[in-house]
This record gives sequence, C-alpha cells and structure tokens, in this order.
Amino acid sequence: MKRMSLIFKSKANKALDKYEDPRETLDYSYEKQMQLLQKVRRGVADVATSRKRVELQMKKLQQEGDKLEGQARRALELNREDLAREALTRRANVVAQISDLNTQYESLQGQEENLVRQSKALEAKVEAFRTQKETIKATYTAAQAQAQIGEAFSGISEEMGDIGMAIQRAQDKTQQLQARASAVDELMASGALDDPSGLGKDDITRQLEQLSSGGAVDDQLAKMKLELGGGSTKALEGGANASYANKNDEISDADVLKEGGAA
Amino acid sequence: MIVRILGEGQLVLEKAALAELNQLDDALMAAVEAGEQGPFETAMKALLGKVRELGTPLPVEELKPSDFILPSADSSLDEVRDLLSSDGLIPG
Repeated sequence: MKRMSLIFKSKANKALDKYEDPRETLDYSYEKQMQLLQKVRRGVADVATSRKRVELQMKKLQQEGDKLEGQARRALELNREDLAREALTRRANVVAQISDLNTQYESLQGQEENLVRQSKALEAKVEAFRTQKETIKATYTAAQAQAQIGEAFSGISEEMGDIGMAIQRAQDKTQQLQARASAVDELMASGALDDPSGLGKDDITRQLEQLSSGGAVDDQLAKMKLELGGGSTKALEGGANASYANKNDEISDADVLKEGGAA
Repeated sequence: MIVRILGEGQLVLEKAALAELNQLDDALMAAVEAGEQGPFETAMKALLGKVRELGTPLPVEELKPSDFILPSADSSLDEVRDLLSSDGLIPG
C-alpha cells in the first residue's frame, strides 16, 4: 500500500529541499497555493463548460433521431417501405449512440459534483495553512519549524495533487465525450455534405421530396387525362398530396457546435 | 494512520487495520498486473469499502500527509496501472 503514497511524498520533499530556512518557504508556498487555487477554480469551471457543450451535442443528436422517425412515417405514407426501413435503421443506430453517451455523461456529472466538493475542501485547507504559517513564523526556531512545516506542506501538496488529478480526469472525459458526439454528428450529416443545394437536406429527405412532387405531377396528369377524355370543364386543382415537404425536418445548423476540445 | 482515497479525501484508521488492508491491496495489485477486469472491480470495491468502513474522515482544517493513497472509486484498470507507474501530477 505504500506504492502510490511515495509518488506524492517525493514531490513534496523535493519542493522543500530548496530552502535554507524552512520558514522562508511559508510565505512563498502560501502564495503559490493561492495561485493553484485559482487554477483549480478555473479547471472546475472549464469542466462545467465542456459538460454543457456535450449536453448540447446530445440534444442535437436526439433531434436527428426524431427527424429520422418523421421521415420513416412519411416514407410509409408514400408506400416506400425501403426508405422507411433505411430511416429507422439509421435512427436505431443514433439512439444506441445517444444512450451510450448518456451513460458516460451521467458519470461525468458525478465527477463534476466531486470536483466542486473537493475544491471547497482545498480552500479550507489553504486557509488552515495560512493560520498555521503565522503561528510557526511567530513561535518556532528554524529547527523546530522544519518538522511542522514539512507536515503541513506535504499535506497541502497531497490535496493539490489529488484535485489536480481529478480535474485532469474530468477534462479527459469531457473531451472524449465531445469527440464521440461529434463523430456521431458527422455520420448523421454525411448526407447533407453531398447536397449541392446547400440546404442541408439529407438523401432520405431529398428522395421523399422527389417522391411527393413526382406524385403530384402524376396526380395532375391523371386529372388532365380524365378531363380530356371525359370533356369535363373543371379547373385543375392541386393534387391532394401536392406538398409533403415538411418544414420540420430541416434542422437548423445554428446550434451545431464547432468541434473543439476543452480549453 | 491516515489513508487518502483520491477524489474523496482523507480518513483516519487504526494501525491494526493495516494487515487486513494489505491483503485486499495485494488482491488488487494482482488483478491489475494480470489485467483482469472482473477481479479488479471486486478488489477495488473491497479495499475502498473496508477503508470507508473502518475510517473516520480527517477534519478538513487538518494538514497532514497520508500514509497511504488509494485510487478513486471510478478508476479504470488502466488508470490504476498508470498511477502506479507514473509520476503523478503534483504541483511543486
């Protein structure tokens, strides 16, 4: 059980060895602690920001899944079971990816809550260090101070090391999640990338639109034939299914997040 | 003696607990070295559970180095292996 403790101890000792009089290290060390505390706060804030970004990415994927479901319905209305099957297959894939991301996301939330708690504990320890440092400076000789300081110093560097690792782990996790969400997103958008119209329609949407406009033309043709054959004087009406184009299935790209790792 | 569980904080335990903890620690190390996921998870749970059961939290205003440091509960096998071989992330 000694293995990991040694990692921390040797670091703290190395930092202390630099000073002739251990009391000199106190003010310097406290200053450094305050700087590190700032860094820790920033680190915790960064993790929160990245977590929110992952949340947005997941929402967007959820919308993609809903859109595919809508497409499957429309394809069925137009008797294109093959298209409907394709849309539902893609949807199943997206849903599986989302649920996987969700599990990871929940563990990230847990990590973040822990970080907040840890950084509060660290603040309390830095404050305790300040109190001890004043006592030591006022009452101890250099020789006596050595032991006192060594203990407080090791204690606080260990705390810093612990939270430093926790921040690192949380940041790694957010980056991993962002990358995965982006990968799923790109997969989803691959249809849109080849779209010459630039409207961001995927291949299924395009096929459905062609189908429904094609359907409308067929309807009109049938009507004309009827009129010409039957001598009817009725004016042309728009086909009953003239426009299946559904405005809701065009996801705006405004909420697409640029890829970028946690700061 | 003082034991830190990374990410949780420090706990104070009786020295007498060490023999039992060392047994659990050996099981954990064996699982890490063998790279066996199932035994690793069981051993982690057992070791950290025992420390939490026997320990009382060290007051936050006390500044003491730990005698032992254990990985956090959600560490993966690879992370634990890295911790044992790496240099840590201790600010000077």
